[in-house]
Amino acid sequence: MNWEVGSGLNLGIILGTVIVVAAMLIWVERRLLSLWQERLGPNRVGPFGLLQVVADMIKIFTKEDWVPPFADRFSFVLAPAIIMVAILLSFAVVPFAPGVGVIDSNIGVLFVLAMASLGAYSVMLAGLSSDNKYALLGSLRAAAQMISYEVFMGVSLLGVVALSGSFNLREIVLAQSDGWYVIPQFIGFVIFFIAGIAESHRLPFDIPEAEQEICAGYHTEYSGMKFGMFFVGEYLGLVLISSLITVLFFGGWLGPGFLPPIIWFVIKAFIFIAFFILLRAAIPRPRYDQLMSYGWLFLLPLSLLNLLVTGAIILST
Amino acid sequence: MLKLIQDTLISQVHTLWLVFKHAFVKADTVQYPEEAPNMAPRWRGRIILSRDPDGEERCVACNLCACACPVDCIALQKAEDEDGRWYPEFFRINFSRCIMCGFCEEACPTNAIQLTPDFEMAEYSRQDMVWEKEDLLINGTGKYHDYNFYRVAGKSISGKDKGEAQNEAEPVNVRSLLP
Repeated sequence: MNWEVGSGLNLGIILGTVIVVAAMLIWVERRLLSLWQERLGPNRVGPFGLLQVVADMIKIFTKEDWVPPFADRFSFVLAPAIIMVAILLSFAVVPFAPGVGVIDSNIGVLFVLAMASLGAYSVMLAGLSSDNKYALLGSLRAAAQMISYEVFMGVSLLGVVALSGSFNLREIVLAQSDGWYVIPQFIGFVIFFIAGIAESHRLPFDIPEAEQEICAGYHTEYSGMKFGMFFVGEYLGLVLISSLITVLFFGGWLGPGFLPPIIWFVIKAFIFIAFFILLRAAIPRPRYDQLMSYGWLFLLPLSLLNLLVTGAIILST
Repeated sequence: MLKLIQDTLISQVHTLWLVFKHAFVKADTVQYPEEAPNMAPRWRGRIILSRDPDGEERCVACNLCACACPVDCIALQKAEDEDGRWYPEFFRINFSRCIMCGFCEEACPTNAIQLTPDFEMAEYSRQDMVWEKEDLLINGTGKYHDYNFYRVAGKSISGKDKGEAQNEAEPVNVRSLLP
């Protein structure tokens, strides 16, 4: 068995696992939300309601896949594909464990940031091509949100890059063997976490979707599997951001030896996934101008300051 | 600056902690088909027609329930038996219209029509939601165990003339001048 980074088997297993995990998150999220809202959540289909995902998938595959006549057909069909492709491509550089990964890229951090920017096109194209007021408002908000978080998202990672001296995610993990970066880079972690919420369009920063205000935002006009791709894309983004936080700040697969490295990675990533869901259960959504001013006036200066201090400390030691 | 930190960080973390604590609270959900819900005795559910303590129908076909019904789901026809008692010839409730408001129960002068805590009335066909008198009539007194309309009312029926009801005075002789 050829078991090294980039082998076909490795690639297939990672792709399959990531998509299945993203689909299972539908169930995980509903159960966790109901746990915090003193309900039970879906528990009827299969053991503990685990087959709820299968039922949802059957439903979404057999639904009518309808393109509205007034929509711009090409970009309407393209938009859901972009978000899936961009996020799945980001998973290529994520180091899950020693020997588990798709590419060992020297520009991993930059690649992830680039793919995150591409993913934003999906949301904007979806809203524009739908030719619907709510969808347009949603994509307008997505654009406003994107320009406010992507700046400090990149800057907040530079502290980690400076400390480890590498853009390679695998080397960043290895550089954390004598201490996780969450301790020296705590501010960077908090800022990246906030940017991650905005990047994956999760509550409280699901401003482009904002079900209560603008229907479903950019995917108002979508149905069937195209809607399903947005949905799974959102969960894929959630898994991606949790994996990245694990890799960049919490030592990736590193952990005491009684569990295999991949298990450590899964445990850490799942804690962040659960925390994202807790955020959804607890925090209300800000207005998008509030997010913008918070990003530009508070988080961006803070992340620059963090970078400056980190650089000064590295230079002086 | 401190206020910004308070608003953006501390209060949010506090909220997260409060919500997280709910993980250790027992869920309120009642798993219905397996676990029977606790229905309040005054719950407004399936409508029944009750009988008086003697086992006769309480309904006197006065039509007040049909008048009170905001969705016109009650239909009935008055009839009279050989004793002089009024009763509904038919009594029909269309439960596909009924909104369980309980106005019929409030309007009823004889406590005949009553709402019960039963709510399991789903049917596959609309026609099955129209209930006739034999479906509605129960063999008990419902919520009011002692009430018997013809024993307290002034209406004369065979075996009980005017003035013979409980707490009822003899009828006044309107043709006499005596006090």
